[in-house]
Amino acid sequence: MNKNLLSENDITQIFDSNLLHEPIEISNISNKGRLVELMKKMISIRFVENKISDNVADGTVKCPAHLGVGQEAIAVGLAEHLCKDDRVFGTHRGHAPYLAMGGGIYELFAEVLGKEDGCSKGMGGSQHLFFNKNGYYFSVPIVSGTVPIAVGAALAAKMDNKNGVSICFFGDGAMEEGTVQESLNFAKSHNLPVVFVCENNFFASHMHILERQPNQSVARFAEAHSIKNLIVDGNDVVKVSNISKMAIEQARRTNEPFFIEAVTYRWKGHVGHRDDMDVGVMRSKDLGIWKERDPIARLETALIENNIITNVEKESLYNEIGDLINYEWERAKKATFPQLDVLEKLVYFSNKSMR
Amino acid sequence: MNNKITYAKGILTAHQYLLTKYKDVFVIGQGLWSPWYVGQTMANLDKDFGRDRVIDSPVSENAVTGAAIGASIFGYRPIVVHPRLDFMVLASDQIVNEAAKWTHMFGGQTKAAVTIRGIINRGGEQGAQHSQALHSWYAHIPGLKVVMPATANDARDLLISSVLSDDPVLYIDDRWAYDDEEEETEIVEIDLAAQGPKVKRIGSDITLIGAGYSAFQCLHVADVLKKEGISVEVIDLRVINPIKHAVMIESVKKTGRVLAVDGGWSNCGLASEILAGVVEAINPNQLKSKPQRLTLTDAPAPTSKVLEEIYYTTEEQIISRVKNILKNL
Repeated sequence: MNKNLLSENDITQIFDSNLLHEPIEISNISNKGRLVELMKKMISIRFVENKISDNVADGTVKCPAHLGVGQEAIAVGLAEHLCKDDRVFGTHRGHAPYLAMGGGIYELFAEVLGKEDGCSKGMGGSQHLFFNKNGYYFSVPIVSGTVPIAVGAALAAKMDNKNGVSICFFGDGAMEEGTVQESLNFAKSHNLPVVFVCENNFFASHMHILERQPNQSVARFAEAHSIKNLIVDGNDVVKVSNISKMAIEQARRTNEPFFIEAVTYRWKGHVGHRDDMDVGVMRSKDLGIWKERDPIARLETALIENNIITNVEKESLYNEIGDLINYEWERAKKATFPQLDVLEKLVYFSNKSMR
Repeated sequence: MNNKITYAKGILTAHQYLLTKYKDVFVIGQGLWSPWYVGQTMANLDKDFGRDRVIDSPVSENAVTGAAIGASIFGYRPIVVHPRLDFMVLASDQIVNEAAKWTHMFGGQTKAAVTIRGIINRGGEQGAQHSQALHSWYAHIPGLKVVMPATANDARDLLISSVLSDDPVLYIDDRWAYDDEEEETEIVEIDLAAQGPKVKRIGSDITLIGAGYSAFQCLHVADVLKKEGISVEVIDLRVINPIKHAVMIESVKKTGRVLAVDGGWSNCGLASEILAGVVEAINPNQLKSKPQRLTLTDAPAPTSKVLEEIYYTTEEQIISRVKNILKNL
């Protein structure tokens, strides 16, 4: 671990859920407008996910929806530093990176409703999202599935020689998959420009990390593969952004992989709208404390305390975003379902292109 | 012309052709810098085209296959080599869950134009984990094309068309066929989507159907039986997923007899699919005998010589089965 950037003391704090509840440090950021943009993005993602959550609860959304409420800062902080030649790979919990990169809210809603206007043309649902406007985004739900693919996307970027970088999001559970270890080894031994981002939210489905691993931090795996790595408070969007900037620039410049462990907590259960309070003593005890480390509230309070926005402005922002999301949801509900012939037509790409 | 080409040389020539003509092609896998792994099918490619395009890899089947898939999504046309299908099983996640699904689950907005080359490497007392022919497994997966050449020119041209295809293709070659020779034809870039079963021997008494090395055996059987006055039609499937039954059906309507030969196991195997596809489309009264199949015994590959001798299908067994069918046994 790079001791210059993060002391052992910092790491202890990050893993102590009773700490880091205070507003985040923003005094050293000169462009305050940027912080407001980060806040808007995070609020928007949370509202989108809450909308999906409500509609899972009432049965309108049927596909498995894995919500990342509470984890918004990671994707939002990182997305600030992406370019159009970059390629990003997400997981089953993939709404936040999609939205953070600029993926459309309407297209996401249409997708979870199985509609033709969806970002994956109604063929993916919540678990398979596609976006290719400001760079590429794909998410798939096989745990660790995209990790080697992201490494290959980095290999392609290196061959292209256009300074593209590959970003791979995965969770602490994926660290237990052999493929991730294979991928870390391959990325390092071939010097590929890939940034591995482990969103350590402590849970793989229902099981806490300490029921699955001997240590609650996963950066040790990067260390074992001689990959530069840092642990960051994943609920501090500014810190995530700073570290992402460094990692992405380094990968872009040197073709070296980098590993970020972003420590966070998921507020919802593994899948769907519930809190999953029944999955062990640990979660029912911790969830309330972790909600005190809310990435959005910590930024909002900092912005208000520093007189960058007022409470009134915050309220109107909430209303504005809420209205937009309601509007897009209603529009998505009215969208059409896919034509039935796509079931067979899309099995082979060559059916479309007839090369 | 009139040069002879072996099956192994066909594969080598395809690699040379692709690496010369297409800058977006690269090859990756275990053992590529050592002919010991891949026979003569890749001799000197690393020296001729550079080790950044012919990449020997760590012992990580799943990640290496995934990496090739990842590169293919971004415009490359990689060939991933698995010197044995047994070890390729470790890469099944990336082949089955990822490559085969991407076009469909992302609504046709992306593609994985990757070729996965799996080699069947049997016999020699290698046993259960070094001898498997698992083509039927993979042919079950929509979205994954499965190609099995039986002859030298096909080994070359189908590899080229697999790599140029916009779909993920599992290309399976068989080391038992490597020394098989035929007259060399000119390289033609053919559209894989248009490829399928071909009648490779015309006959009237019985239709033999197989893929890969089994089809190769059937061709020999037809030549042997011709001398005995038995007219055998042989269909080489060439592409087993998606499978096209029309050529098979037409042939069996003509001969009235069918024997499916496959180097895999019986249950849920390619031979079953051949027979089902034919039988479903033919009136029982068009058949002169019961449709039959000849496959491996449903047991893992043994090591001991005496067991190996009864395990693998021989040309003599095919001949004997053909004669029994003709006698309506």
